[in-house]
Amino acid sequence: MDDLFSDAVKALLTDHCTPAVVRAIEAGQSRAALWKALEDSGFADALVPESAGGAGLALADVYPVLELCGSFAVPVPLGETLLARGLMAHAGVPVPVGSVVFGTGHLGPDGRLQCTQVRCGTQADWVLVSCGGTCRLLSAADAHVEVAGFCLDAQMSWPQSAWDAALAVPGAHDLVTLQAALYAAQLAGALMAVFSRTLQYANDRQQFGKPIGKFQAIQHQLSVMSEHAFAARMAAQLGLRTEGAVPDRLRVAMAKARTSEAALEVAGLSHSIHGAIGFTREFDLQLYTRRLHAWRQAAGSESYWHDVMGQALLDSPEPLSLDLIRTLTDAVV
Amino acid sequence: MSQLDSLNPSAIPAPDEALRQEVRAFLTEAMRSVPAHVRARSWSGYDPAFSCELGRRGWLGITFPPAYGGAGRSAFARYVLVEEFLNFGAPVGSHWIADRQSGPLLLKYGTEAQKQRYLPAICRGEAFYCIGMSEPGAGSDLASVRTRAVPNEAGWLLNGQKIWTTNAHNCHYMIALVRTSGEAGDRHKGLSQVIVDLSLPGVTVRPIVDQSGDSHFCEVFFENVQLGPDALVGEEGGGWEQVTAELAFERSGPERLYSSIALFDEWLAYVRTPQGRTPQAQRLAGKILSQLAPLRAMSVAITEKLTRGESPVVEAALVKDLGTGVEQLIPAAIADDLFSRDAADVPAELLNTLNYITQVAPSYSLRGGTRDILRGMIARGLGLR
Repeated sequence: MDDLFSDAVKALLTDHCTPAVVRAIEAGQSRAALWKALEDSGFADALVPESAGGAGLALADVYPVLELCGSFAVPVPLGETLLARGLMAHAGVPVPVGSVVFGTGHLGPDGRLQCTQVRCGTQADWVLVSCGGTCRLLSAADAHVEVAGFCLDAQMSWPQSAWDAALAVPGAHDLVTLQAALYAAQLAGALMAVFSRTLQYANDRQQFGKPIGKFQAIQHQLSVMSEHAFAARMAAQLGLRTEGAVPDRLRVAMAKARTSEAALEVAGLSHSIHGAIGFTREFDLQLYTRRLHAWRQAAGSESYWHDVMGQALLDSPEPLSLDLIRTLTDAVV
Repeated sequence: MSQLDSLNPSAIPAPDEALRQEVRAFLTEAMRSVPAHVRARSWSGYDPAFSCELGRRGWLGITFPPAYGGAGRSAFARYVLVEEFLNFGAPVGSHWIADRQSGPLLLKYGTEAQKQRYLPAICRGEAFYCIGMSEPGAGSDLASVRTRAVPNEAGWLLNGQKIWTTNAHNCHYMIALVRTSGEAGDRHKGLSQVIVDLSLPGVTVRPIVDQSGDSHFCEVFFENVQLGPDALVGEEGGGWEQVTAELAFERSGPERLYSSIALFDEWLAYVRTPQGRTPQAQRLAGKILSQLAPLRAMSVAITEKLTRGESPVVEAALVKDLGTGVEQLIPAAIADDLFSRDAADVPAELLNTLNYITQVAPSYSLRGGTRDILRGMIARGLGLR
């Protein structure tokens, strides 16, 4: 089941989300064709209950899709939409047509609703905004949008009337944790992509009469990259292992912290092994390494989540840290 | 790549997990008054009486078949036990190698008579083993061993020298990698494993004092040591392959994550006090936890592979290299935390534990294969060699 599912997603992305498509969307061309292909596949409704027309999958089951969004550098918010639709369907709200991203907002002195960093905001039809403890769905078409940071991310604002009129999603929702679980999985995918591309490059690139991968210094750097990619993937998988519909905040803390830490190490080593060619726009490596940095910065860097984990550990009455380690890692089947 | 992709979160089966409560109740009582700097020794702490007691409770050789004194349980059962031993800092060094490595090796490659003879005493916690691999001229380059066992009418005549042999001075037996044919230049060919009773005439064991002041490892000399014909373990000439399989057991266990755990827990106890708690310490606690926890999940996933009879050599090397890195980060980062404060109120026992761990930490990435050897093995697994 797992393999069939991820093979289908992989085939779809191989056909429709090529590096050329990623570059075009990053350059401001329309996402319509890619989005239609993804929407038609139904993967964005993976978490929506079957009774509402979705696939009714559990959170842990969608890990392969989210990881592949990372390994294919998907430039549209498929993962965000998948999670947002799941959240809304479980909250009993009609699922919107089109792409959805997440925002954390505040009402400014001018009365406008401000979201300073909306990941993939330039590619959204809708933004699920958390503000003052409530969650509402706003139309991106009504927003003032400025690119902020990574080329697909945006600073967005709406008149207060848009917030007041927006569809409310009942319940308390921790959108930051949900996003962190997503970006941890995407990081795991991008880490594997960067690692495997670098391994391939080391086997292909000849210097001093042999592939550079024959040099011990390069071999050891690749070994270290594989260690980080491997640990990060395990952490990211655990981040989505939960019995309920909502990820466990501490597991997500581990997932996002570990993948973010790995992102820095792996991005650095991959550029070191590639040399100057890896730094060019023409070469594909940058599509993935720029995302390693962007997603490390999204929904809390490693230190943000270290604080969360440290607080849990210090507040725990158990004298052995093992007990919290077990809670975090014992697999939920 | 496929090796990396194939490690997924695994659950410890409930019957094995159930052992935890029982062993924890025992350890809570047994370790009650042992100070942290002593608990920090854990699998470098030697206590034959403690090993005997674990044997009496059925906790040694738990994976061995009942016919040889074991309980026929899975690798997960042993995982739960040793995870508890290590986290309580129980003095498990006496039987450690026998239970982890030598017993499984004998079980896999030994003759029926060898299994009958050696395994029950391991399960009782009465027979302690060491591993004779390194020599003065054969460290990371293990295939260049020169210690030689020559066949004669009485069995095998053993001559040579081993070094860095952990716990040899407290052990009854060594399973040694020796040359039984050919020359050092023949590399992997002509190597075999023999079991050596360390009480035999001609065996001399000299402890080496390490920089912490402890004697964990030894030099062992063999001068015309007469071994019986049944001293050979496994096939003559099959030593290299056997040692490689043995190292998967050696490298994959939880002892590659928890070597500094007594220090981490002792430091956490201090950081939980009102005077000890700072935002910096909280962040560091989270950082260490975020590195340890995924490694534990990887280690459990590797155990799952062992239960399926696989030999996850490359995965084990990955976990060991990363794990020893965290084990070494712990004393370095805790020292920085403690000495960035006004040190006046830091408890002496915490400082003693830190001092001990700081001094032994270099050994973490030496024992069981150095960093560079492990990274070379990973590179081979990635197809680079």
